[in-house]
Amino acid sequence: MSSDKLLMRGNEAIAEAALRAGCRNYFAYPITPQAELLEWMAEKMPQKEGGTFLQAESEIGAINMVFGASAAGERAMTSSSSPGISLKQEGISYLAGADLPAVIVNIMRGGPGLGNIRPSQGDYFQATRGGGHGDYRTIVLAPSTVPEAAQLTFEAFDLADKYRLPVVLLADGMIGQMMEPVSLPTPLEEKDLPEKPWAVSGAAGRSPNTVNSLALGAAELGQANERREKRYEEIKKKETREEIVGSDRPDLLLVSYGTMGRIAKSVRRLAAERGIDLALFRPITLWPFPQNRLRQLSKEVNTVLTVEMSSGQLIEDVRLSLGNEVETPFYGKSGGAVPGPGEILKEVEKYVP
Amino acid sequence: MSPEPPAEEMRKVFSRPASLNEEKFTYCPGCHHGIINRLIGEAIDELELKEETVGTAPVGCSVFLYRWFDIDVVQPAHGRVSAVATGIKRANPELTVFAYQGDGDFTSIGTGNSVHAANRGENITVFFVNNTLYGMTGGEMAPTTLLGQKTSTTPEGRNSKDFGYPLKMSEMLATLEGPTYITRQAVYDVPHIKKAKEAIKKGFRYQLQGKGYSLIELLSACPTNWGLDPVQANRHVKEKVEQVFPLGDIVDRSEER
Amino acid sequence: MPEGRVEVDSERCKGCGLCIEACPQEVLGFAGKFNSDGYEYVEMNDAPACIGCGFCGISCPDVALTVYKKYRTD
Repeated sequence: MSSDKLLMRGNEAIAEAALRAGCRNYFAYPITPQAELLEWMAEKMPQKEGGTFLQAESEIGAINMVFGASAAGERAMTSSSSPGISLKQEGISYLAGADLPAVIVNIMRGGPGLGNIRPSQGDYFQATRGGGHGDYRTIVLAPSTVPEAAQLTFEAFDLADKYRLPVVLLADGMIGQMMEPVSLPTPLEEKDLPEKPWAVSGAAGRSPNTVNSLALGAAELGQANERREKRYEEIKKKETREEIVGSDRPDLLLVSYGTMGRIAKSVRRLAAERGIDLALFRPITLWPFPQNRLRQLSKEVNTVLTVEMSSGQLIEDVRLSLGNEVETPFYGKSGGAVPGPGEILKEVEKYVP
Repeated sequence: MSPEPPAEEMRKVFSRPASLNEEKFTYCPGCHHGIINRLIGEAIDELELKEETVGTAPVGCSVFLYRWFDIDVVQPAHGRVSAVATGIKRANPELTVFAYQGDGDFTSIGTGNSVHAANRGENITVFFVNNTLYGMTGGEMAPTTLLGQKTSTTPEGRNSKDFGYPLKMSEMLATLEGPTYITRQAVYDVPHIKKAKEAIKKGFRYQLQGKGYSLIELLSACPTNWGLDPVQANRHVKEKVEQVFPLGDIVDRSEER
Repeated sequence: MPEGRVEVDSERCKGCGLCIEACPQEVLGFAGKFNSDGYEYVEMNDAPACIGCGFCGISCPDVALTVYKKYRTD
């Protein structure tokens, strides 16, 4: 950890963390609420030393430029918000199909359609179910604070390179816009970055490389997909992350992520004043979803309440994990409303006698 | 004593360029993609670029060119070649990057990406193969289809009222300040093939010299979807297509760049 | 020694006929035989007429032809 501690906006912290992770290729299109990410990159990307900041013609242009830079063996990133991420789905499928590493940042806003520019968690399905076509997964990392956003962005590049897949950093307009003190990671040097013998770097002294997602034969494509499935299994075993706060036998278990996960901590404190013992399960990897840990915890509770800024998306993974073993109610607001601790506590009290 | 016969030997004067491997092309008989692929291979050989070139294969009949080019190749989503080539070149400007696209890739689904790579003057070499229709998917109308031309989606012949006019992408991009070199060539006979090859080499040379964006549009035959044999198809390019898409250099700003 | 010679890779040839059209000497013609892909490939019909100009090779979309030309070595 470096000793830098700066008061930064979420969008800026994410951008700075990416630069410190050795990302020298950033392509994006302006969209609220992540414009500050572009602005930081436009100013700070070391362009004279060969770094690229490019405002692309569209989000589609940007994701395909990421495809190209990644194919060339370089760390590359794009960022956008919900409607722009919809445009990128084809590109993300292609990145996955070509086994290319990339980091894609989604600062979620209200949807569907043009929606609004308020924070939301309406893209959980899009992020975790792979909004693009075909059998693929992307690691999805969900920070709940500005410092965590910086940390997870920094690690996203390592995960992407290690497993050769796209990694989505799923934040929301609240995290993107709010300011917090951040301890930034120590910048990596070029020698710290992993070698990529598979990249298109010019076939000098080796046989040519092809970066390709096309496989006409059923066996050929089947095998390519099976190889990816094996990597996904490895990721599920090794890279699942969650935060658990509270006692082993709470009155109720709250499940929330991102900004809602942060607010859930306030709900805990408020509940304690009323004599209610709440625990919080905050998934940090939304894919792979930490279902084993959730199952373990739920054995000691009667009710698991999922709270999201959406009409109900994370709740499906919670129910998939827990089945009928425990009550799994849902509370959510979509459209950009951010439920406050008092409101959530009222909901909690319905389930706690 | 009779004079000694002159010493002679047979020398190879034409053969497969080294940047192409032994794989057979999957193109139809008489398809100009084959000639154009070979010319690019010859240019790469003659300019000694084999070890530093990265090519792109579009979605279309030439999607498999990564099989026979003995260089690094990337295969992007349909239409996105100009954006992907931008990404490769920006990430590693030491590479020589070529974009290879057909009608749909370059002028339809990829229009936005194509226009902006040109407008930014990306230092890449773009090959646009224009055969006035969509080959691989069964001969549908393309933005470049001629008026009156029958395709699988214009069975009565393209009419401007419903389907607009043949899109002249090269002329359109020439109105932008970004591009350095835009030319339209053809490969329907030996003199034109030789001219096309010179244009291809120029496009690569300008990239090596850092002079910016080069676009070489190449009129091509599609015997299969035109319903013509290869010799007739070549004639069709000369007599019909070239009348709508004239040949020659449209813009060459290399002196100023 | 002939002035020129064309070698046809019969497995690459697709019988498109563009080389026949391009040849100024009428050297090439269809062989009446078929390769393993079912294409009727071409062959030199009139070998002595070949001048090794290479027009056939230049016109071939399948890189199926190799052309040789006679050179004096003195």
